[in-house]
Amino acid sequence: MSQIVGYRRPAAGTQPDYLFPRYASTVKRAPTQPLVMLPQTQTELSGPVFGYGEVKRGDHDLTKQHAGDPIGERIVVSGRVLDENGRPVPNTLVEIWQANSAGRYPHRIDQHDAPTDPNFTGAGRTLTDKRGNYRFVTIRPGEYPWRNHYNAWRPAHIHFSLFGQAFVQRLVTQMYFPGDPLLAEDPMFNCVPDEGARNRLISSLDWETTIPEIALGYRFDIILRGPDETPMESRKS
Amino acid sequence: MSLHATTSQTVGPYLHIGLTWLIIENLVPAGVAGERISIEGRVIDGDGKPINDALVEIWQANGDGKYGEKGFRGFGRSATDDEGMFRFHTIKPGRVPGPGGKLQAPHIAVNVFMRGLLKQHVTRIYFPDDPANPEDPILALVPADRRGTLVAKKVAGKSGALEWNVILQGRDETVFFDC
Repeated sequence: MSQIVGYRRPAAGTQPDYLFPRYASTVKRAPTQPLVMLPQTQTELSGPVFGYGEVKRGDHDLTKQHAGDPIGERIVVSGRVLDENGRPVPNTLVEIWQANSAGRYPHRIDQHDAPTDPNFTGAGRTLTDKRGNYRFVTIRPGEYPWRNHYNAWRPAHIHFSLFGQAFVQRLVTQMYFPGDPLLAEDPMFNCVPDEGARNRLISSLDWETTIPEIALGYRFDIILRGPDETPMESRKS
Repeated sequence: MSLHATTSQTVGPYLHIGLTWLIIENLVPAGVAGERISIEGRVIDGDGKPINDALVEIWQANGDGKYGEKGFRGFGRSATDDEGMFRFHTIKPGRVPGPGGKLQAPHIAVNVFMRGLLKQHVTRIYFPDDPANPEDPILALVPADRRGTLVAKKVAGKSGALEWNVILQGRDETVFFDC
């Protein structure tokens, strides 16, 4: 295996800037000084490894964490984790969290007047298999209001956190659902100019993973930064 | 095949639901060799107010400058409290190679996530009075008057205790990296 010399920079327009005033909270939290370019060293090219023992086998099923069934539409959310070169990212930790079917989080700061569900916490985790596949069973999250602007509503979404194999591959993102009319107005979804990049945040209905009479399947593939495959040495020669 | 990395999105205000099952504020299992240290600090926003919904993750080498060695994973995760505080108990990392094989000064890599950040902040913690700091190839890339934001401060009267803050904006704004 060739030694990784670095991970590719993002293509123009595919990753957000820090300051994005339409998302009001960025204004007091975005840097005001220029970022310093950091060469990728061993520190950035390595990363933590997680395993079973921390992640339990049932942690991928958010509908089975309490005594009863959660209220809502049961769904399967699955996909592959690949790098930009199309290579699967195996054995990597995937963490998710989401609102319940009424659009409510069981969180002390969520004051939205919608019911909590004693049978739904909304958190799951799993490790990808050797082909980079992951799979969760959950319920479809509800939309909910937030106070970014007048009459602001978040589209239905599931939060994802991934580690990959290197510090520079760490990614936190959100998955959306196809055909959601709220996407057009959502500042977070619209934080990047590249339309293709935005649309890749939208899952697709997937008959292959749909379980007849039980749960619709949604597919969401996640791409982590990929190693630059032209080593410096061969460029020189 | 060339794909584009998935667009980053904010961790949002409800990150605790999904991420605090894995809080690791003590990185050091019993019996691991190395100089014990604690690092405490606050995350402060552009109004000078503490941020109570940030997640701070660290990644570091062991005392011999090796990443991911058995017995010391080197990963920590702390969520800030109502005072904006996060904390880690760990060991001082050894030196690891940098650009061109030149050794870097001991340092800890940091990712900071929070509501209002569409992608994480990347920064580093260096150690006060370390003789390798003046020759560190990464610190050398940082404007001299801002380098101090990356160097933790000793807490008077407490052995091994360090303070290091994440200041998001203003005169003392922490240096953030693009990598």
